[in-house]
Amino acid sequence: MRRPTSLRTVLLTAGLGLMLGIPSGALAQPAASAEEVEQLKSQIAALQAQVNELAAKVEALQAAPVVPAPGPATGAETAAVPAGAAGAGGPSGNLPLYGGAASRSKVFNPDISAIGDFVGAIGKSPGGGEPSLELHEAEFGFQAIVDPYARADFFLTYGPDEIGVEEAYITFPTAPGGFLLKAGKLRDAFGKMNAMHIHMLPFTDRPLVTQNLTGGEEGLADYGVSLAHLIPNPWLFLEATGQVYRGQNEVFSGETRADLSYVGHLRAYRDLGDSSNVDLGGSIAYGSNDSGPGFHTRLLGVDATYRWRPLRRAIYRRFLGRTELVWSRLDEPIGAQNAFGLYVLAEYQFARRWIAGGRFDYSERATDPSLVDKGASLLLTYWPSEFSQIRGQYRRTHRGEGRTDNEFLFQFLFSIGAHGAHIF
Amino acid sequence: MTRMPTIATLGLILLVAVTPLHAAIRVVTTIEDLATLTREVGGDKVEVEALARGYQDPHFVEAKPSFILKLHSADLLVLVGRDLEIGWLPPLIQQSRNKKVQEGAAGYLDASLTVRILEMPTGQITRAMGDVHPLGNPHYWLDPDNGRRVAAAIRDKLSAMSPDDTAYFASRYDDFDKRLAAAAKRWDALMAPYKGLKVVTYHRSWPNFAERFGLEVVGYVEPRPGIPPSPSHTLELIATMKQLGVKILLVEPYFDLKTPQSVARNTGAKVLVMPPSVGGEKEITDYFTLFDYDIGLLVAAIKETGAH
Repeated sequence: MRRPTSLRTVLLTAGLGLMLGIPSGALAQPAASAEEVEQLKSQIAALQAQVNELAAKVEALQAAPVVPAPGPATGAETAAVPAGAAGAGGPSGNLPLYGGAASRSKVFNPDISAIGDFVGAIGKSPGGGEPSLELHEAEFGFQAIVDPYARADFFLTYGPDEIGVEEAYITFPTAPGGFLLKAGKLRDAFGKMNAMHIHMLPFTDRPLVTQNLTGGEEGLADYGVSLAHLIPNPWLFLEATGQVYRGQNEVFSGETRADLSYVGHLRAYRDLGDSSNVDLGGSIAYGSNDSGPGFHTRLLGVDATYRWRPLRRAIYRRFLGRTELVWSRLDEPIGAQNAFGLYVLAEYQFARRWIAGGRFDYSERATDPSLVDKGASLLLTYWPSEFSQIRGQYRRTHRGEGRTDNEFLFQFLFSIGAHGAHIF
Repeated sequence: MTRMPTIATLGLILLVAVTPLHAAIRVVTTIEDLATLTREVGGDKVEVEALARGYQDPHFVEAKPSFILKLHSADLLVLVGRDLEIGWLPPLIQQSRNKKVQEGAAGYLDASLTVRILEMPTGQITRAMGDVHPLGNPHYWLDPDNGRRVAAAIRDKLSAMSPDDTAYFASRYDDFDKRLAAAAKRWDALMAPYKGLKVVTYHRSWPNFAERFGLEVVGYVEPRPGIPPSPSHTLELIATMKQLGVKILLVEPYFDLKTPQSVARNTGAKVLVMPPSVGGEKEITDYFTLFDYDIGLLVAAIKETGAH
């Protein structure tokens, strides 16, 4: 009984004291000296400053992104050695646990992506052509920065007939002398279409000129080294690229170490205002062919692209017109074969998710220029998102042998993961 | 033999003519908002150029070779970060042949590192959610406090690059800070009567703006970020807007107005084409006129529609 009473007394006293004390304190000394007021003011100012500082710190903490501390430096996890191990000649004390710390290094895993290209074909094509249904390609990309000086890109491809390395190269973006240096398995910098992976192609197939003159389905790709340099000038973007390859692919077949193939490319680009631009290129490729020692193949290419994309409506409208012309000269024991081929294509995006396109093909055959293939295609692409595309393509091909193929091709392109941005 | 000295003289003249007497720091920014903040702090000690235009969707900029040239000669690159530019900036940096602006180098400034980021995703995220930004919403510059933080980061970076001008950058920042504080007071006062105003926006570009000025974003024209409008979602949106009495629909200048206008016709709401960036309209020439324009537009529409 005593305890509650005393507690109540204490509380009452305290409450009364508070009620009476504060106002009385304030009222009891109405005439505080100016000095005291100043002192209080400065104290308040000091407190205010502290509060502001703390508030700023809190704000900064809230604003700062939460970044998990990388690396094993912070608090390496350890485990105790079982008792008795030391006596038996084993270690003593605590031993580091590697799994926990190592898991943090997963932040250095490369960007991984997988892209599927599923193609179907309807219609008669006596010469073969695409099968009725096919997973044309599954491409796996691994891309990351290697160190402060380089980055690496790996693209592995699994097709119906082959498993291979589409490209795998290291890039030194700031090599001495202002060079961009690449080394590894590369797609040659010959024209525009050759450098593109299948999923970047504007159509479901590669044009006839690629099939006949520049390496077919595989295109020009080889083990080599590439150096690119910007040529400074006040008018336009001018880039020169020189590449040296082992000289063994669908077009070239260098037998010895000295039998290398060479590729040169010059690209000129200029904006025509904010929404359109022109992109021009010239390419040359030179190397030995399979006719034996001393027989060479030389390819010359010219490409031109015009792009239009109004910035305010960039996600709804765009146009691209492009042509590539290729001259091939193939030395053979019976004499040189000179063949020519080209394509002209146009793409027009008419809605957020729809693109229509057309392409005209003309190409002589590299080994028998008297045989000429001609083709025309119409294409409609639907983009559910930037990660998938559905396409339908009507293709009419007149073969050099005299027959005509009418085919309908369709394609599903789908990509997951973090795929690096594409070349422009 | 007379040709050699002539060439040498010519070369010398060229060299002298090309070498600037007063070397300004050449800054390239990804969007115009960062360019204007750099100008505020850098004054005449910097030359600033933005890659994307203010009326352009900053997610979908083309990696044009002309941008490579701009990066090639830059001393400093200021970017929004949070993966906003992931689709176009990395190849530009890689092809720039410029050591200074490579990721992690001294001339690479990610402006998002010191600002307040909203909509940081928690838990598992997948692309079924649309084009989500795993590192939080990158449209953070639409809160003046974040603009101030970016300006401070730029001041520190410029001072580190040109220590002799530290005092100059500090005084310019202080001046900007003062003017921004005064302007922000004005903007807050203009928006204060409408706290809790319910709005719908096209894309998730406005969380920081909404938080700052007391707007409540109750829906989006996009069913998911980056996914174009679908009929079923549009019907749901119309129902929500009618139910909540939403009268304001904000659309970024780079989106098609067809769906927003049909939503507006069905709900009696007003469509506002509201630029989220400097340069989005001719009169939006700097960070101050951006908020002046947007808040002016919003207040006028609120008065016109009687929205609350």
